[in-house]
Amino acid sequence: MVDVPYDAVTDVPPAEVAEVDLYHPRSWWTKYVFSQDAKVIAIQYSLTATAIGLVALVLSWLMRLQLGFPGTFSFIDASQYLQFITMHGMIMVIYLLTALFLGGFGNYLIPLMVGARDMVFPYVNMLSYWVYLLAVLVLASTFFVPGGPTGAGWTLYPPQAILSGTPGQDWGIILMLSSLILFIIGFTMGGLNYVVTVLQARTRGMTLMRLPLTVWGIFTATIMALLAFPALFVACVMMLFDRVLATSFFMPALVQMGEQMKYGGGSPLLFQHLFWFFGHPEVYIVALPAFGIVSDLISTHARKNIFGYRMMVWAIVAIGALSFIVWAHHMYVSGMHPQFGFFFATTTLIIAIPTAIKVYNWVLTLWRGDIHLTVPMLFALGFIITFVNGGLTGLFLGNVVVDVPLSDTMFVVAHFHMVMGVAPILVVLGAIYHWYPKLTGRMLDDVLGKFHFWVTFLGAYLIFFPMHYLGLLGFPRRYHDIGEAAFIPSSAHTLNAFITVVALIVGFAQMVFLFNLVWSLFKGKPSGGNPWRATTLEWQTPETPPGHGNWGKELPVVYRWAYDYSVPGAEQDFIPQNQPPARRAAQGALP
Amino acid sequence: MAVALILLLVAVGSVLFHIYSPWWWTPIATNWRYIDDTINITFWITGVVFFAVIAFMAYCVYRFHHKEGRQAAYNPENKRLEWWLSIGTAVGVAAMLAPGLFVWHQFVTVPADATEIEVMGQQWQWSFRLPGKDGRMGTSDVRKIGSENPMGLNPDDPHGQDDLVIESGDLHLPIGKPVKVLLRSVDVLHDFYVPEFRAKMDMVPGTVTYFWMTPIRTGTFDVLCAELCGVAHAQMRAKVIVEEESEYRAWLEQQRTFAELSGRSAVMRATYRSGGE
Repeated sequence: MVDVPYDAVTDVPPAEVAEVDLYHPRSWWTKYVFSQDAKVIAIQYSLTATAIGLVALVLSWLMRLQLGFPGTFSFIDASQYLQFITMHGMIMVIYLLTALFLGGFGNYLIPLMVGARDMVFPYVNMLSYWVYLLAVLVLASTFFVPGGPTGAGWTLYPPQAILSGTPGQDWGIILMLSSLILFIIGFTMGGLNYVVTVLQARTRGMTLMRLPLTVWGIFTATIMALLAFPALFVACVMMLFDRVLATSFFMPALVQMGEQMKYGGGSPLLFQHLFWFFGHPEVYIVALPAFGIVSDLISTHARKNIFGYRMMVWAIVAIGALSFIVWAHHMYVSGMHPQFGFFFATTTLIIAIPTAIKVYNWVLTLWRGDIHLTVPMLFALGFIITFVNGGLTGLFLGNVVVDVPLSDTMFVVAHFHMVMGVAPILVVLGAIYHWYPKLTGRMLDDVLGKFHFWVTFLGAYLIFFPMHYLGLLGFPRRYHDIGEAAFIPSSAHTLNAFITVVALIVGFAQMVFLFNLVWSLFKGKPSGGNPWRATTLEWQTPETPPGHGNWGKELPVVYRWAYDYSVPGAEQDFIPQNQPPARRAAQGALP
Repeated sequence: MAVALILLLVAVGSVLFHIYSPWWWTPIATNWRYIDDTINITFWITGVVFFAVIAFMAYCVYRFHHKEGRQAAYNPENKRLEWWLSIGTAVGVAAMLAPGLFVWHQFVTVPADATEIEVMGQQWQWSFRLPGKDGRMGTSDVRKIGSENPMGLNPDDPHGQDDLVIESGDLHLPIGKPVKVLLRSVDVLHDFYVPEFRAKMDMVPGTVTYFWMTPIRTGTFDVLCAELCGVAHAQMRAKVIVEEESEYRAWLEQQRTFAELSGRSAVMRATYRSGGE
């Protein structure tokens, strides 16, 4: 099947540029707390994101309890339900997934995978984390202010978001907008770092087309985030003005509860355009790092090069670019001009093509591989199923007229949870099982890991697959209680109760995972430096976990692409990227 | 091979669930059967792709899982295969997009003979307005809303005087007549949502949105709000009754006009009576 040989090995010139001095910590505080080491910052980001993510997990239990057994739990009323869904959504999309993929995985993996000693701006990188932490604290504080957190839905649509009919109108919405503004400031500092590091700090021989797909995914997602977040930033600032200074950016003349309000002339749709100009790229900001990481997991654990590497890179870039011209597919029934529907449906469905190419290449990588069914590989397989499922239901919602009956129903909820909730989180989990040995020098427990995988994957599928059919039935989203409705059969309530029970089980399986993380830190099997026998640079560090500066005295030199697995004639089934071509003659036989 | 079997079962189970699930769309009550057809086309195409990809993956796991002495093949690229897959995908996408855009064109093209009616959303109730005997609705302005004039109709607009105003009541529609539903909100976003109609659209304060449809089946249908509008979002309900022309006429007779309801009702009624008798 080899049609196109890959330019695997070329000579690399010797170092011409002197190394830059690193900042060296002088105390415990600057080493572990106000650290400028990307690896420490990565762990700080990850722990903070996980902590706030657990809050979102508990919120999801509460909302599922309400949906599964409406009226049973007196401590959940309509206001609280709306507050739960809002905070759950916002935390999961921004404060967990974005922060974890870019701040967590980005910080840890970019310098190691490109062969750098650290990020290029370590001090700004440190600031990025502390501003992020502040954003998380401001967000969490809304649970304790008068009126509680905002219940405007994670989309924060005005006018509703800042009016009194919505919970959290006092402080909740003000703090939410402030927290988002802080998050974006923090992210921008980190994001500039990731981009410049990939462009400037790659080690000798690490051309762009030799980068592992993980780096390509994170790199492209970061560029997208740097371009998309400013739209959210201005939207937040303007809405904050509307709320605090009574400006009318998004507020037309309106009457609330019989009272004429002092707003006039603003446009609620303008906010939606700004929000989704950010919001749609955001989907891919979460998805592209997952695409990249899962490519590397599949390749490593199937002992086979990723199929169609160049096409995979271009698909990532194409998806990143296209995702900036599809935003209004979230607004087909928003009341925008109907002619927009033609354009946005077309661009949206076109984006399915590069996305499908990625899926084909993942499964074609498995074809004639040597598939080790390790825990990371299982999570990668689970990702493919949930992503294919969620991606295909996207073709329903992207096709403008099909979206009309389905929008604002549980079909949408099921779709985006499958495609940007379950699928990326399965990648996050698989990636943690994969790189935990590099962070700690110990393996995560395999039995607990497999238990965790099967409960999480099958459970999540049982939650979200049937949920599509509730939406098809017409079950609206963001209802704390459907009440009396002739078109809802009683069997739908049974299904809702079933989903709730499964959701609780899946939630508790995550506790097993947390236990595994802590237990293996002390009792896990020692892993050595390269337990998966992988090719990429992070596994070739002189120490595990890697020390300050990553590489000891000399930077690694890269001689080949990241996917030399099972090369015919090679001694082992992998050749690290930094292994020089020792036996030129023998390699003449290579394609 | 347990893992491969479970993966295959997920694919098979999904298809069986789709076929045997008791949860399916509500029987349609408007002319938008085309939308249902487009969904069906999409289900077929995506269903085939879903099953093929997952089954192939399960087969790979079964056939190529690690055994002592197995070595993976080394095949970086296959341009031809990749192009064929891309083209095949593009064809599948076009097969969904073309009917989708065709139906969307119909959806946004309102027939000339459609009767205009108005639905107004506010926290948290629905009001309706129908044109009076002159067949036209008068203008409205949110600034004119007051206790005497809950829909903010322009009291000086002669077209508005005979408009039928239905506050916190149900909406009746005649069967078989195309209607253009004008949508208006006075406070926050709402969405006039009747599952059996398939069509829906947000209502945005400061602007008038619309959709059109032709009811094809009599019955009483639930109206829900589909765009989050605050605490009582879930309780914002009404009913639409689609009925035969004669019943509809009878209902229409009982409705009161804007002139009757507004401050001038006494005057207007007096004028109407004295003029008519």
